[in-house]
Amino acid sequence: MARMKFVCDAERCIECNGCVTACKNENEVPWGVNRRRVVTLNDGVPGEKSISVACMHCSDAPCMAVCPVNCFYRTDEGVVLHDKDVCIGCGYCAYACPFGAPQFPLEGIFGVRGKMDKCTFCAGGPETNGSQAEFEKYGRNRLAEGKLPACAEMCSTKALLAGDGDVVADILRNRVVQRGKGAEVWGWGTAYGSTKAGRAPDTGAKS
Amino acid sequence: MKSLVVLAAMVSFLAACGDKPQTVGLRKSDTPAYTGTGTGFMVPGWKAGDKTAWEQQLKARQQNSQNDYSRMK
Repeated sequence: MARMKFVCDAERCIECNGCVTACKNENEVPWGVNRRRVVTLNDGVPGEKSISVACMHCSDAPCMAVCPVNCFYRTDEGVVLHDKDVCIGCGYCAYACPFGAPQFPLEGIFGVRGKMDKCTFCAGGPETNGSQAEFEKYGRNRLAEGKLPACAEMCSTKALLAGDGDVVADILRNRVVQRGKGAEVWGWGTAYGSTKAGRAPDTGAKS
Repeated sequence: MKSLVVLAAMVSFLAACGDKPQTVGLRKSDTPAYTGTGTGFMVPGWKAGDKTAWEQQLKARQQNSQNDYSRMK
């Protein structure tokens, strides 16, 4: 199997926030933390685009590189997870992440930062699969139940694709061929590596 | 006698300056997802522990739930 990947098709996202709601509900994410959110580019301007953003589970994850206590790990399927029992809540990962994925719940008084929380690709964490401890710390482990992330499965327009990277690419490639635009997928190059990441689209490219 | 008392007092004062160990806990190892959860929420059609069956289950679910072009044909 290839590695797990996310992609949001900006041509289809209608900013309904169904993915955000599905994630909050499925994982019982604490108040003040949004593992996933919808961002609108050029809001109010004709041709505006919306994209659903969360942890992209990068191939060369910057959060892993900067963590001083080495709490991150990558599963065999390429999902970037972390151990909350090791996290010290320093916030370095939040500065390093290009997608703003790491979130910090406020705990106690004086705005003390708690352990980092982020999208787990619905793959739980380093507790027993399906256990209460895993659910309380990381949310539901849908991958171990034979399911895909709740956000993608709940997406009404199928803008948000998640799962095996090869299948995601096949589905999106077919769409682009059929409708003739939308090949410049936001975030794909940044997360999974591309020589075109961060550069302007080629002249004449449809988007 | 006086020097002994002073010495004992100094030792007790220095003991208060001891540094507690600050070793960081080691990260726990995770169980692979294909081993399943053993709960009733698991999707039927694949056997927990069979990695190939798990991968096929996810790929089939992905095609069936996310590829609307395949459903339109």
